[in-house]
Amino acid sequence: MWALLQIELFKIFRRPRTYISFAAIAAMVLIVQVALKADGVSYLEFLMGGMKDSMEIPYEVVLNGYLVCFIILNLLLIHVPLLVALVAGDSIAGEANMGTLRLLLTRPISRTKFMLTKFAACVIYTVMLLVWMALLSLVVSIALFGTNDMIITRNDVVEQLQRSDILWRYIAAFAYAAVALTTVAALAFLLSVFAENSIGPIVSTISIVIVFTILSEMQIPLYDKTVKPWLFTSHMLAWKGFFYSKSNGEGQSIAGSIENLPAVMRSLGVLLGYIVLFVGSAVLIFRKKDILS
Amino acid sequence: MRSFFLICGVILFLVPAAFTQDAEALLKKVRARIEQVHDYEATGVMKTNVPFLKVPVADVMVYFKSPDKLKIKNEKGISLVPKGASSMSLNSLMANNQFTAIAGKPEKLNGITVQVIKLLPMDESAEVVLSTLYIDEAREVILKARTTTRENGTYEVELQYGKFLAYALPDKAVFTFNLKEYKLPKGITFDYDDGSEKKTRSSTMDSNKGQLEITYNTYKINKGVADSVFK
Repeated sequence: MWALLQIELFKIFRRPRTYISFAAIAAMVLIVQVALKADGVSYLEFLMGGMKDSMEIPYEVVLNGYLVCFIILNLLLIHVPLLVALVAGDSIAGEANMGTLRLLLTRPISRTKFMLTKFAACVIYTVMLLVWMALLSLVVSIALFGTNDMIITRNDVVEQLQRSDILWRYIAAFAYAAVALTTVAALAFLLSVFAENSIGPIVSTISIVIVFTILSEMQIPLYDKTVKPWLFTSHMLAWKGFFYSKSNGEGQSIAGSIENLPAVMRSLGVLLGYIVLFVGSAVLIFRKKDILS
Repeated sequence: MRSFFLICGVILFLVPAAFTQDAEALLKKVRARIEQVHDYEATGVMKTNVPFLKVPVADVMVYFKSPDKLKIKNEKGISLVPKGASSMSLNSLMANNQFTAIAGKPEKLNGITVQVIKLLPMDESAEVVLSTLYIDEAREVILKARTTTRENGTYEVELQYGKFLAYALPDKAVFTFNLKEYKLPKGITFDYDDGSEKKTRSSTMDSNKGQLEITYNTYKINKGVADSVFK
């Protein structure tokens, strides 16, 4: 299985288009960092508009590496699923398109093993993309902007996290984001089984993610209790839950706490459930599929 | 009959004048005590209680320089300080003599009888419209001050004295201030909705009010504070 995985990884990283995702992330992160370095205070004034009427805000220290990373993740974690879909959507359909699928299946390995190896390669690619993003958005932002307490603005609350209480939250958030992106990879992987051309599963995955994200963000009571809890995109945002701290009832945040850990764990469970569902379905369908290409 | 009206007139004219003189004398004594501190550098613990803020309890340095410079710094992180917090230093309320002092009725504050004195600025365009001081006559210190401003609403500071009473410096200061509503559209913040009902703050405080509480541990008094600290 390891040899098979190595071959799959070689195939992924041999293709130039694989690196488009890495380049795109580098470009997007760099653009945000340069913009915030040049005029981050204006952006913060916009974000903290409601608060500046009541409080003195030391913008120059509020704009630090931890906050810049949070802003970048906020902007990019909606777009990165699209980059993940590029590889995962191509994994089976790409082979079908090139006419190598039948050839591959003539080798003495089970279809289940073949599919799981393909998916494992997609997961490794996804994690590598995320590690790349973490390096650029966290490490480079810290190098450029330094560190301090992190102040994050929510819909109706502003949170201040102590400098010493942030790094573990990022590690947890990135680990969660890996699961969230793997869900998208699993969806693209499932759709890839049905297609003979990689364009179809990639575009379908992107469309599903966009539509579900819009539904997740809409404030319509009809969807709030019925549709939204079942959309995986609603749970993909749970990485932010690691940055929401508990308060002692008088407004003081408690270091090392998470506001609603059971909810974050529930969201994690939903995503893992979707991964099992998507990958399981893909394997089952592929095992029964008549491979003609 | 004429002499009756004359006596009444004299009483009506003289009694308020006597009260005002008492108020000014008391104010002078309080001011003299406050003005013996030209500068200080204090360490303390700051708690912020604002309905829309979740901030940790912070160890802070408080710098003051006469007449009205005040800076609160969190050496290990960021301190979000309310606007108007400089009025926590009482010197700023009496920084110049450009006000008229009017004595009010004595009141009870936390079991202590206090003399109420209202300060009306002489400058009609001044930012401060009215300051009300609640003075402990026995200890000659201000226990509470309420300041109404033109632009930023009303501030209130309550002070508790102990170890640093000789310098009329508080052990604890509670600053209450007005808040404006804070709300950001969800489309901007992309909040994670965990499906739970939003919990309301257990505090009985008005949602339009915020509170900053500083408990002072140490003071370095009149040792000099560089102007650069206040930039």
